[in-house]
Amino acid sequence: MSAALTFDDLTLGYDRHPAVHHLSGAVASGGLLAIVGPNGAGKSTLLKGVMGILRPMGGRIERNAASTAYLPQAAEIDRTFPVSVYDFVALGCWREAGLFAAIGGRQRARIDDALGKVGLAGFENRSLSTLSGGQMQRALFARLLLQDASLVLLDEPFAAIDQRTTHDLVHLVAEWQREGRTVIAVLHDLSLVHDVFPQALLLAREPVAWGATADVLTAANLLTARRMVEAFDDSAAVCERAA
Amino acid sequence: MTLYDALIGPFAEFSFMRRALAGSLALSLGSAPLGVLLLLRRMSLMGDAMSHAILPGAAIGYLVSGFSLGAMTIGGLGAGLAVAVLAGVVSRITTLREDAAIAAFYILSLAAGVTILSAKGSNVDIFRVLFGSILGLDDATLLLIASVSSLTLIALAVLMRPLVVEFVDPVFLASQSRIGAVVHIAFLALTVLNLVAAFHALGTLLSVGILIIPAAAARLCTNDFGRLLGLSVVFAFLASVAGLLVSYHWELASGPTIILCTGLIYLVALLFGPGGGIIKTLRPARQHLKG
Repeated sequence: MSAALTFDDLTLGYDRHPAVHHLSGAVASGGLLAIVGPNGAGKSTLLKGVMGILRPMGGRIERNAASTAYLPQAAEIDRTFPVSVYDFVALGCWREAGLFAAIGGRQRARIDDALGKVGLAGFENRSLSTLSGGQMQRALFARLLLQDASLVLLDEPFAAIDQRTTHDLVHLVAEWQREGRTVIAVLHDLSLVHDVFPQALLLAREPVAWGATADVLTAANLLTARRMVEAFDDSAAVCERAA
Repeated sequence: MTLYDALIGPFAEFSFMRRALAGSLALSLGSAPLGVLLLLRRMSLMGDAMSHAILPGAAIGYLVSGFSLGAMTIGGLGAGLAVAVLAGVVSRITTLREDAAIAAFYILSLAAGVTILSAKGSNVDIFRVLFGSILGLDDATLLLIASVSSLTLIALAVLMRPLVVEFVDPVFLASQSRIGAVVHIAFLALTVLNLVAAFHALGTLLSVGILIIPAAAARLCTNDFGRLLGLSVVFAFLASVAGLLVSYHWELASGPTIILCTGLIYLVALLFGPGGGIIKTLRPARQHLKG
């Protein structure tokens, strides 16, 4: 099977400090990969690198997907801005509507369909600030549904939401995989990773392990990841592996 | 005094009043919606800071050719845009946030502006630069204000979608398009343009009032973005007409009176605003729904 995404000795970071250090590997097209690791391990940074929002400090990312959709962490969205759920979800039509075009009848039907699928029918006119954490997450998933992308990146999609919402949204993720999409999710709930994600990448800035989930999430690997020092080393020397 | 004398007479009788009315209404049309965006972006104080940043440029224009519209406009625009762009670039490239970057530049601008003015100007000149001269708008200044307002409305109509997305979910915009930085800089440039236009009418210290206060009053009245934009313009219109009439009948300074009228509307909205005024917040509805 061809690779949707290939990392070649990739280093991403901030202010010369690596947050993802020398990562190599490939995500198979149609794969379902969980990225796990402690806070500050570089998980979100890796997704931002894949999206092209952050430039590599070294190495390369090769994207072989027709289109990519990204679900950001909830904290990155300003929910105080008075935008309705409908308008927010409609952003998923960006590829067709772009900067200026109006949303047509066909797209309206798709938006209604996506809202219904995530259980937000009837919420169209509510502003984002009135949504609960779980409802906001459902709105983000509705937007992803509309984006109809072949590569889907999820940054902590199930953080701070209840079991029912998690169950509904996991169901959508499984459906995406059945449709042949590649899904990569940053997660903290290891039992969920075991249950749903066949592949896992354990990251602690350096990649600790990458492969079948059962082989990656071993006690020894998790202990290695937990030993990662969170703070950057201000007196660190230049990395010898850097080109 | 008849109703005609109170409300229509001053404008029918005096061309300077008609010019002031045209200028303040045109200003309101572009500045108030822009103020809504500044407010929602939590940049109200940055708007204030940027209005001061205009001062050294306008002062240099004044130093070169006195009270010349062209020289002071070009000077003000140059200084304001330089500070806005520098602050935007500094916040995107360095670890300094935009508010800190703007604060640093604007204090320096204000100090430079006052120093330049005091080197040549009289107290009357300084007063005029700081508080404007809305009753002395000539054709060229009116045309400038109307052009800036027209440009603002067109630019907002074209850029509204990416602007709102940049404010609500910048990471999404960055993932879909590279226009985020362009939109951000265009927004700052529009703000500077409006502040320069307002500077001629209301002076450097009051210019930001017509942007921010009607927007803040509208925010207290509605949570709907479209209505917010419209209501801010209505409030700015009301304050402009009322301010000019009050200043005419009571012989008060017109610019500050217009801003005080926006303040009065803000005070009423603060108390009674259905979108988050004090009374609504302190007295929740007694009845509640079943579900």
